[in-house]
Amino acid sequence: MKSKLIALPYIIWMCVFTIIPLGLVVFFALTTENNEFTLSNLTAMNDYMDVLFRSVGFAVIATIICLVVGFPVALFISRMPKIKQSTMLMIVLLPMWINFLLRTYAWMTILEENGLINRFLGLFGIGPLNLMNNSGAVILGMVYNYLPFMILPIYSVMTKINESVVEAAQDLGCSSVNVLRKITIPLSMPGITTGIISVFVPSVSTFIISRMLGGGTNDLIGDIIESQFLGNSYNPHLGSAMALVLIVLVLLIMSIFNQTSGEEAIV
Amino acid sequence: MTKNRFLSKLFLYIVLLFLYIPIFVLIVFSFNESKSRANFTGFSLKWYSKLLHNEAILTSLLNTVIIALAAALLATVLGTAAAIGINNMKKVSKTVVMNITYIPVVNPEIIMGVSLMLLFKGMQGIINFQFGFVTLILSHIAFDVPYVIYNVLPKLRQMNPSLVEAARDLGCNERQAFFKVVIPEIMPGVFSGFLMSLTYSIDDFVISYFTSGSSVETLPITIYSMTRRKVSPEINAVSTIIFLAIIAVLIIKNYLENRSLRKSRDESLAVKNA
Amino acid sequence: MKNTIISLRNAVVEYDGVEVLGGINLDIVDKQFVTLLGPSGCGKTTTLRIIGGFANMKSGELYFGDKEISKLPPHKRQVNTVFQKYALFPHLNVYENVAFGLKLQKLPEKEIRSRVQEMLELVNLIGFEKRSVNRLSGGQQQRVAIARALVNRPKVLLLDEPLGALDLKLRKEMQIELKKIQQNLEITFVYVTHDQEEALTMSDTVIVMKDGNIQQIGTPVDIYNEPINAFVADFIGESNILDGIMHKDRLVEFAGNEFVCVDEGFAPDELVDVVVRPEDIKVVNQGEGMLTGVVENVIFKGVHYEMLVDAAGFKWKIHSTLCENVGDLIGMNIEPFDIHIMHKMKEE
Repeated sequence: MKSKLIALPYIIWMCVFTIIPLGLVVFFALTTENNEFTLSNLTAMNDYMDVLFRSVGFAVIATIICLVVGFPVALFISRMPKIKQSTMLMIVLLPMWINFLLRTYAWMTILEENGLINRFLGLFGIGPLNLMNNSGAVILGMVYNYLPFMILPIYSVMTKINESVVEAAQDLGCSSVNVLRKITIPLSMPGITTGIISVFVPSVSTFIISRMLGGGTNDLIGDIIESQFLGNSYNPHLGSAMALVLIVLVLLIMSIFNQTSGEEAIV
Repeated sequence: MTKNRFLSKLFLYIVLLFLYIPIFVLIVFSFNESKSRANFTGFSLKWYSKLLHNEAILTSLLNTVIIALAAALLATVLGTAAAIGINNMKKVSKTVVMNITYIPVVNPEIIMGVSLMLLFKGMQGIINFQFGFVTLILSHIAFDVPYVIYNVLPKLRQMNPSLVEAARDLGCNERQAFFKVVIPEIMPGVFSGFLMSLTYSIDDFVISYFTSGSSVETLPITIYSMTRRKVSPEINAVSTIIFLAIIAVLIIKNYLENRSLRKSRDESLAVKNA
Repeated sequence: MKNTIISLRNAVVEYDGVEVLGGINLDIVDKQFVTLLGPSGCGKTTTLRIIGGFANMKSGELYFGDKEISKLPPHKRQVNTVFQKYALFPHLNVYENVAFGLKLQKLPEKEIRSRVQEMLELVNLIGFEKRSVNRLSGGQQQRVAIARALVNRPKVLLLDEPLGALDLKLRKEMQIELKKIQQNLEITFVYVTHDQEEALTMSDTVIVMKDGNIQQIGTPVDIYNEPINAFVADFIGESNILDGIMHKDRLVEFAGNEFVCVDEGFAPDELVDVVVRPEDIKVVNQGEGMLTGVVENVIFKGVHYEMLVDAAGFKWKIHSTLCENVGDLIGMNIEPFDIHIMHKMKEE
């Protein structure tokens, strides 16, 4: 079956379920309820700049924390004996198999005003502290949910680094710190950028984590979009404009980080 | 050296603790007698028995299974055919198709959710249908197919092109060569694509949330509405059951993999020593 | 006066409880081209990795000059390695790969530049400085690997089957080039290979290994002409190896005949291995030789014909410039100095 025709159903599918829906987002973003062209939906974004900045800010912080925590974890796992590696990786990724709603819900029970931490602190007469419904809790939720997205790609690139390349570096005079700086980190770059994208994109677009842990005072761009489509302020045109801004933002981040990983295949 | 190793172990354990404490808390409080999420008043299985009688949860569980199975199956057929066709394409068209295939994977879920919602709303103007099973299955297929393609395509590329020629040489017609050689060869990729689709479908909340309408609820959507009600300890019971089921599956999988790994290592050692 | 630069004393290495080096002793003479030769799994690469600092001994000592260095990490040793499959840094270009070690030493930029240039000249890679190493041919990658190691001016260069991935013609060229580099720079090369021809072509000293033990150390000529046992004889070049009985000094019986030989000092009637090189058997007319056999197979090899001759059940391998026909009966003569007598190897 040398034929390409067998892909035809998928090509049609792709047009209907990938391209047209995105086209509709653009169309709705640029029209009024009466299907007339307008830029007012986009200019209305001005009122939501603070939300946009908050979303980007939280996502950047969460991504940085994930990188700082996830890189060493990936490194340690990649240096374990092979059989231990797969077990350890499974342990790190296991929480991902539980629905993120449940995982976020779990943090609610820990952080809330009469939650576990405050009960514990209460034993010493401290608190109750206001641990939930603030920006820290939202960022914590992002880090908790997406940390494995950082660990996995970095780990898989690291295990592909040829052991003899590390030995060659030692042979030429690298101490272990220098091996990390001059070999491991540069060669892990494709995994690092994939990790950054995989954490940043869901973080910047989430609407559940902020709603559950942010308590309504820390709305993110995702929350605003959701409320335009399913919430009280139904306005798919404004919602589409916001979605368009989010798409552009994501494309921007991806183009930045795909450039830095432009190195050829890792040997 | 040993100090470094100790510190890195310690760091790893702290991260693991961070990852597991919330789950541990969920599990412990699923056995709590009272409704409290912070005060353990006594051991009880009552949330589990309540769960078994919770009509909403059981229905949504059934819905989830039906939708995930249907979507994964259809996506596997569609995606496998697509992968074979893509593999035969010229470089330019291949690049174009693969780039578009990549969109659902990198697109924020909320964008995919609202864009499909707009699509279905638009379709409602043309054909008469309700949001529900159909829209859910269609949108699940939409995010499942790329994973099938990503799993099958590498298997096709790794396949020795002489295999098909050998089959033809030995008397297969085109169709036979395809079913007797190509399909068995890419089967592992097809199967892992199916499994991946299944897990993504079962787990999906965001896209289902925008495309389910009000009549059909999947399990994640039910869970979401329960979290909105603040106190609902059945959630803990659900999490515990899901968690234990996943652990069981993964431990079996890991055991099988390690066994085959060890076996192949022993065999290669035996060959070396012979 | 020969200076020893590297010595191994009773080196034992175990992997997962399996002994891969069984307590070897080894002295490597300064400025020589030394080759570790043996089949795969004989411990030659492990020996090299001990010297490089990448394998740990269970017991034993490693001396560099008169300093014990077995606990010294690789980056503090005055040796450099050319790795199997080169292990070039894929994220760096040719220049950066070669300059890697010098930059670590924090040498002034100007000196780095001139030394890298000098090395690239040595390995014929001028003009490739900016090229990504992923876009070099196997032979070029190999040259980068050599330059990258040599630029640090090591006292000893370790080479782990560096030519294994190259095709035959390129391999021959690189053999000559490597030898030339070694002689020009006057540094010690320790070279690992399983290719006996390569070892004989390039080396000052060959160390033949098997099953984690050293079988023989000697010059290529010694090893070829005076193999110490049947294994070395068989591994270096082609051989006919027969069971024989050493009746007394200079008289050995094998293949049903008694032969005069030149070996002495064996116990009376000791069971021995008799080795005869295929090119040392003279083909004569039937009836005129000490042995008679039937030609079973003839293959044209270019320089000579390789024949398989059955004489009383033993298949002799014979190299001859004259062609005989399959089925012919021929006579065979062997000169006394072409008969090599060896003690039987102890069974493992």
